[in-house]
Amino acid sequence: MIGCSQIRRIISGVLVNALLLVTAIHAAFGLPDRTDAHGDENYASPLEVLLSPDGARLYVLCNQSNEIRVFNSTTYAVIKTIAVGRVPRGFSLSPDGARLFVTNSWDDTLSIIDTRTLAVVATWPVSAEPSSVVEDRTGNHLFVANRITNDIAVLDAKTGAEEKRLSGGRGTSYITPSPDGTRLYVTHVYPNAALQTTEGGNRLAPESEIAVIDTARAVIIDRIPLHRIAGVFHVAISNDGRLGAAATVHPKNLVPLAHVEHGWALGNSLTLFGADVGKPVEVPLDELERYATQPFGVAISPDKSRIYVTHGGSEIVTVIDVPRMLQFVHAHPASFETDLSASANYVVTRIPVGRNPRGLAFSHDGRRLFVANRLDDTISVIDVRTNRVASTIKLATPKTISVLRRGEQTFYTSRYGFQGHYGCASCHIDSTFDGLTWDLEPDGMGRDIVDNRNLEDIKGTEPYKWNGGNPDIPTECGPRTEKYFWRSENYDGRILADLALYIRSLPPRPNRWRTADLMPTQERGKAIFERSNDKFGKSIPEANRCVFCHSGPKGTSQKSFDVGTKKSTDNSGLLDTPQLTNISLTPPYLHDGSARTLEEIWTVFNPNDKHGRTNDLTKDELNDLIEYLRTR
Amino acid sequence: MKKSGMFALLFVAASLACAAPPSMPRYNFENFTTANGLPNDHVYAVLVDGDRIWAGTENGLAVYENHIWKTYTTADGLAHRAVLSLALDQRTGDVWAGTMGGLSRVSGGRIDTYTQLNSGLSNNVVYGLSVESENVWVATAAGGCRLDLHTGQWSLYNERNTPMVEIWTYAVAATPAKVYYAVWGSGLLEYDQKTGRWDKYDDPDGENEMVLFKDQGLVHEIVTSVSYVDSIVWVATYFGDSRYDGRYWHNFLTKDSGLPSNFTNVVKGLDAKRAWFGTDKGLAYYDGVNWAVYRPSLKDGAPEMTVRDAQGIVTPVAVTTAPAHNYILGIDFQGDDIWVATAKGLSHGILQH
Repeated sequence: MIGCSQIRRIISGVLVNALLLVTAIHAAFGLPDRTDAHGDENYASPLEVLLSPDGARLYVLCNQSNEIRVFNSTTYAVIKTIAVGRVPRGFSLSPDGARLFVTNSWDDTLSIIDTRTLAVVATWPVSAEPSSVVEDRTGNHLFVANRITNDIAVLDAKTGAEEKRLSGGRGTSYITPSPDGTRLYVTHVYPNAALQTTEGGNRLAPESEIAVIDTARAVIIDRIPLHRIAGVFHVAISNDGRLGAAATVHPKNLVPLAHVEHGWALGNSLTLFGADVGKPVEVPLDELERYATQPFGVAISPDKSRIYVTHGGSEIVTVIDVPRMLQFVHAHPASFETDLSASANYVVTRIPVGRNPRGLAFSHDGRRLFVANRLDDTISVIDVRTNRVASTIKLATPKTISVLRRGEQTFYTSRYGFQGHYGCASCHIDSTFDGLTWDLEPDGMGRDIVDNRNLEDIKGTEPYKWNGGNPDIPTECGPRTEKYFWRSENYDGRILADLALYIRSLPPRPNRWRTADLMPTQERGKAIFERSNDKFGKSIPEANRCVFCHSGPKGTSQKSFDVGTKKSTDNSGLLDTPQLTNISLTPPYLHDGSARTLEEIWTVFNPNDKHGRTNDLTKDELNDLIEYLRTR
Repeated sequence: MKKSGMFALLFVAASLACAAPPSMPRYNFENFTTANGLPNDHVYAVLVDGDRIWAGTENGLAVYENHIWKTYTTADGLAHRAVLSLALDQRTGDVWAGTMGGLSRVSGGRIDTYTQLNSGLSNNVVYGLSVESENVWVATAAGGCRLDLHTGQWSLYNERNTPMVEIWTYAVAATPAKVYYAVWGSGLLEYDQKTGRWDKYDDPDGENEMVLFKDQGLVHEIVTSVSYVDSIVWVATYFGDSRYDGRYWHNFLTKDSGLPSNFTNVVKGLDAKRAWFGTDKGLAYYDGVNWAVYRPSLKDGAPEMTVRDAQGIVTPVAVTTAPAHNYILGIDFQGDDIWVATAKGLSHGILQH
């Protein structure tokens, strides 16, 4: 029998839930959206940390407030806050510590800070989305990793003039010098185009690499291959130069995601290289029934006894016993990257830290480890003797947590996934995409292989999913995600609303090819995009013109069409029209990622002109069309 | 006095007749074939990259380093097994390979491939390559093109936007000032990087297989190779070769020079005066006055070297080695040494002092 109080609680619960739902809908559809890279409040969002050569100062790169904050590394008192460019992503000190270089990823500049005066003394233009920077030992060259142009710019360290660019991996992002400064190790966050393909062209195993630069010659002398890796973040090199460790992600995207419950859909690992291990070897960081997601920062203790890895999704720091790990590696010469029990042999502990931990750095004496918790504006200070957080530095930041901030926290955490297996950001790296195709379960095993779409500028492009099956983000991120991805804890209405609002608020990165006036080739391409007659003067049916499906400011009519790309594995040929925002940054293309480049959409996969009338075009004209698309 | 003068003249003439031939470089040729590591004897192109030697063969891209050959194939990502042309980006160390199936870049061991289907490359048959600054200039069977490595943009050059009549481009030589395209059947094209204008040099007497007026202009329309050095353009055709200094042309034919054959596959200028020519009948060197020819004898295949002086006197020089074959397809230099791609092997000419 139900008592009055229980009835009141039920009614109260229903009302609260109804209120939450209303709030969710209101939040998802009614509130203003943010317009910059990070949102409505000026949160600090510490992304990277480093210590001055004498250990006295702690520099913190604040990714959202566009600042470098300088602290006394003993008292943690603020010494100075230095404004830099938009969305700084990486920084490093010159070998003599006199200059601090900061890459501003959204305005394509490098801020040079005089560490004596703590003032920006120069701002140099660099190439597209600079993400990290290192000066060589001689002070002759600066090396800048460019995420969008997939290269490493070599600059004159005195003038900032670019001398050349070295080809990096796709999404070139992080550079680590060897202790002796003779080598640089460069990683990239999106997988390279695979050499091999499968029958349907849509089941590609990712390939990644660590590019090795000879700093004296400023050329790439080697690339350490990382097979089946998609997402390589920071690298650490031991002080003796014999052991390298890279934070890597190993997706199992070629088989249906139905195996989530059975473990290991998205592996999180370290890839070890160097004389201590011989051939590069991938070492799992996950453990049975608990995952260590979004590995990002890596630090090797000065005595090489421990490796520390931050996990942006699991909100922990993994501590590895290096001798035990090397012993295990040598005792298991065969591959063990899929063995989730392996980590028990070398993981010492997992240290809970703040939200979305990213960069980390040792204190001068090696006794403390500073960890930047990007999404709660704190720095965890870990005592490495006890492997516990000894103290937490709270950065000045807005007192309230905004809806967008909460949404972003939800986006990055993996706490909702079954066994903490992944979060949204595991596949949407830095809120973008992962460059992979996936076999998701709801469409059937081995059916409907889909390319992971970019989230930038997604507002107003609904419906979602390649089959257009989800009418809005709350549906996409709510029931569907809970059922097919998390398989565990459900969001409540408020969390879902926050998340949906955050995703709707994601702005596009600045387009690097669009200028005030289109270039002649882009103009010609635009005319082709908008044409209504083919080159023979014949009218192109309206539904077969580029602008019919790719209409509107974002290049989507938000309707589904059959463009003749249905594969034998597809349930339907009817596909949602993708938006064109920054389309040139997001290969592979087509719903199943079978077109590795924009060109292949038309040169390979449009034999019957169903994907627009294009077979009358010459090669020059197709190039013009692509140059125009790159401006979208 | 008259008598003594006559004697003096006779003495000089006799001395000249008996004089040693001009000193021309002598080489000891070390030849590579499948017998000692090459993946295929048919070598289309050779490229010196410091201590490394790259060979574009009919069955893969081979690199010789520390006395060991390594071969890149399509399994490594190479666009096609037949590698027709090679170019080095001196700044980055990347090697570009033009193949029968697209363009490949070898960078730190990774191979990226551009084809007419997956990129803006105009055609998959890449006969010639030249890297200048951040631009890769490409000569293909369907026109020329340029890849801007900074922007990723492709620019195509063909009959629609250049004076090119035929679009079968065979070679390209690019510098920051000028770019030259050797066009098979359409003469020599010149692109001024500053003005963005194209100019065209044709055989003044059309496509006749003879030269009506010596040094009137480009020797023939079927241009196979071009080299631009010290503001001098060296041009090879299947009907003789030319040198152009921006004002005057000078042509080289077998009948009035030391060229072993008018059928020339490749020319490499060393400077304004000196050049090497790869023909179907041997390798030739021109020092501005004299000629030297290196080849297996056309009669019996025995190693042969001849020197032709300014008076046209040809003198044999005793040698024990020669390039692997008479049909020369590629030339490059490693200090004082020369590397030669031939139809039946790769040759390393080691200078003898």
